[in-house]
Formats: sequence, C-alpha cells, structure tokens
Amino acid sequence: MTVENTFVTLSAHNISRDFGAHAAVRDVNLELKRGEVLGLLGPNGAGKTTTMRMLTGTLAPSAGSLAVCGVDLLDKPVNAKAYIGYLPETPPLYQEMTVNEYLQFVARLHRISCGKIHSALDRVKQRCGLTAMGSRLIGMLSKGYQQRLGIAQAIIHDPDVIVLDEPTVGLDPNQVLEIRALIRELGAAHSVILSTHILSEVESVCDRVHIMYHGRIIFADKMVEMKQREISLEALFAKLTSDKAQAEVVR
Amino acid sequence: MIATIARKELKILFTSPLAWTLLALTQLVLTWVFLGRLDAFLGVQSQLIQIANPPGITEVIVTPVFSMAAVVLLMVTPLLTMRLLAEERRNNTLVLLLSAPISVADIVIGKFLSLMAFFFIMIALLAGLSTSLLIGGTLDFGLLLANVLGLSLIAACFVSLGLFVSSLTVYPAIAAIGALGLLLGLWVVDIAASDADGVARYFSLLKHYEYFNRGIIDTFSLAYFILFIVTFLILTMHRMNGERLRG
Repeated sequence: MTVENTFVTLSAHNISRDFGAHAAVRDVNLELKRGEVLGLLGPNGAGKTTTMRMLTGTLAPSAGSLAVCGVDLLDKPVNAKAYIGYLPETPPLYQEMTVNEYLQFVARLHRISCGKIHSALDRVKQRCGLTAMGSRLIGMLSKGYQQRLGIAQAIIHDPDVIVLDEPTVGLDPNQVLEIRALIRELGAAHSVILSTHILSEVESVCDRVHIMYHGRIIFADKMVEMKQREISLEALFAKLTSDKAQAEVVR
Repeated sequence: MIATIARKELKILFTSPLAWTLLALTQLVLTWVFLGRLDAFLGVQSQLIQIANPPGITEVIVTPVFSMAAVVLLMVTPLLTMRLLAEERRNNTLVLLLSAPISVADIVIGKFLSLMAFFFIMIALLAGLSTSLLIGGTLDFGLLLANVLGLSLIAACFVSLGLFVSSLTVYPAIAAIGALGLLLGLWVVDIAASDADGVARYFSLLKHYEYFNRGIIDTFSLAYFILFIVTFLILTMHRMNGERLRG
C-alpha cells in the first residue's frame, strides 16, 4: 500500500444529531481513506441522509467532530467544503437553466479558474454521458439525465470526498451499470461514500460497507473479508434490521 | 463569489417573463404619471411665470413621479424577493449553495445585489425619462440626483426586508404576502405619522424618503435607511445559519 492510499480524507468522530426529542443519528464514527468506496446501507429512516447532510456541512451535528482532509468542517466550513462533492437525495438543479449554464455556475461556485472551466465542463460531460445535452434546458431532461447531471455537479471540481445519496435512483438498468462503472472509476483516485437500498450495488462497487439502523452504525466490515467468510449481505441485512432485531435494540 | 451568485440570479430572473412584465408595467404606469404631470404643468405654465419664485419643471413633474415610483416599488418588490430563498428551498437547490465552499454572507449579499441591479435598470429608465425634459427646458440636477439616491435606498430597504421574509418560509407565495404585509404596515405607519409628530414618524420609510424627494439629503434619514438594510441582511444571514443548526 502506498502512502497516498492511507491518507484519511474524511473522519467523523462520535457525531450525533437530534431533531427535537428525536435522535436521528447517534454516535456515528466514520473514517474514509483515499481510493475507498464506502457503502452506507440501512432501511428507510435509519439516518443515512441525515449523516450525509452532516458530512457535507449542510447540517450541523448536535455533538461530535468532523474533519475533511485534515480541515475541521465545523471550524472552517468554507475551506473544508472545497474538498467535498455532494449529490443530495433530490438533485439540486435549476429547471430554467441549460446544462452548460448550470455546470458553468457550479464550476464558478467551486472556484475553478476561468481558463479551466471549459475543459472541466467537457471532461465532466463526457464522464457522465451528457456531451450531447449541453444546450438542453434542465427542466426538459428525463429523470435519468437529471440524475447524471446531479452526479456531474458533484464531481466537476475533482473533490477528494464524493458523497452520493442514492445515486442510481430512477435510472434504467443500462444507466445503473454506467453509473456504477463511473463510481468505481471515481473510487480509484477519490473517496466515495454512497447510500443505497440496493444490496447488489454495494456488492459490486463498494470496498467497505456500513449498515445503519435507528441512527447507529450496527455493522461495519470490508467487502473482501465478508466474501472470504462467505457472509451473505442480504441475509445479514435482513437479520440485523428485521423487527426481531428492533426488539433487541429496544431492550 | 458574490458576483457568481448575483449573475446566476439575474440570469434566472430574466429567463422568466415576470421580470420583463414588471419592467414594462412599472414603466407604463410611471410614464403615465409623468405625462399627466407634464400636461398639468403646460396648463399652468403661463400662471407660474407671474409668481416671483416659480417651481421649476423638476419640482412639478419629476418629484411626483419619483414619489409614485416608491409606491410602485413597494408593490413590486415582494413579487421579486419571494423567490430568492423560498423557491430555492422548495426546489431543493438551496443545498447546492450551502454545500459549496462559500459563506452564507456571500449567498445573501449576492442575492441582494442581483435584485438591486434589476432595480437600477428601473431607476435608470426613470432618470432617463426625467432627463428627456431637457428637450424643452432646464433641469435641477441636484434634485434629480437626490431623488435617484433616495429611490435606490428605499428599493434596497424593500429588498432586504423581502429577502428576510423569503428566508423564513418554504412557500414563495407566503413570502410575497408576508413581505407585502410588512411593507404595507410600514406605509400605514407613514399615514399615522403624518398628523402626529410622534415616534412613528422616525420609523416610516416613506417619511424619510420624502426628504430625498424634496431634495434634502438628511443624514438621519440616510443613516436610518442604511441601518434598515444592514439589519435585515444580517437577520437573513443569521436565519440561514440557524437553519443549518436546527435542521
């Protein structure tokens, strides 16, 4: 393993988040190294999206600390956010802009210098299969293309940490395969963290998997080791997050 | 960064028919008032000459047009400010700005300046309309300048208040009604202030605007406008930061 591959890009230490009396996320610890793809699994309402919002600085944790590439996200949010690319659950798209206008705006927002914007746009459009869509209005694009554009805005500035909240929702099977290939490609040089409901997706793209349930991480392991020990992700997931498991947690 | 946000806002503003319609309508209304005053001036011109110190065309025509313009802006601003933050929140695009490496201050000031740029177009058209009087007479440029300055400041006050209301809600319609309600409230304060010389007088935006309208640049009014703008911009930033903390 080279030095670069052990570089910790994202670390979350005991982060918690309460919404009123309801604790959405409790004592979550995460560490992500460069060149790693982490899958965040869990049933609906397990706290995946809340965790991701905290990791990207759009929601402040009630407790705990967060650092991105060594920069504290809570102390220096503007500096830390420069290392992050984020695709939220609903892609943040302006319906009345064209694809090019939108990507130009995002590029400027991420302080890509004027001279480099053009090449960055070409590269990201080519990567996400949007080359032919440059002058189309976003509101007129299909759901699949909107999702791709959402991914494009998250990776345009070549961030160290890429946070994708359910990146393959609403895509057709071919597009799902393309996006998975893209995520694997991104995972080679960046850190990727993605949330999903699709277990096969985790098996095909992720290096590590965390399972969240009721705001806690109840399981964390490397995919390679799970394969060696022949643990089936599906059976494990069902066992950990079924009603019986819930009863155990309550107890 | 502020420029990036402002540019995006203007681009979106001018792709919608709303901006163009509002520009056209306000111009129509104000030109109508302008022509009405011009007509009245031509009617009494012969009598005015007999007075020792007669009011010039700037006082008779330009001042009432600018006074009307403030009322028109009061009606128009909520329609423009409503979308600034409420719509972004509704369309889930606000998260793009919040997760970008920019501060909340950049977002708020960028949005504020974009609408100010829009209103400068409106004010520039109005100033152009006034200078067209040079064809047949002379203008009091000092008075015109005071009016332009006053109108810009009061527009900035309306925008900062509208922006704050827009930051409070998810629904653009509520933001518009809320801002309109507050601005009308400030206008009512003005009516209450005109007969009594009470405290209400100091809080009325239109009362302060009246000084500029008459060509008096009063430091107290100037300070009030600037304080008003800064206060609401800071409240908006505070509210946006609070959202991150409260969720």
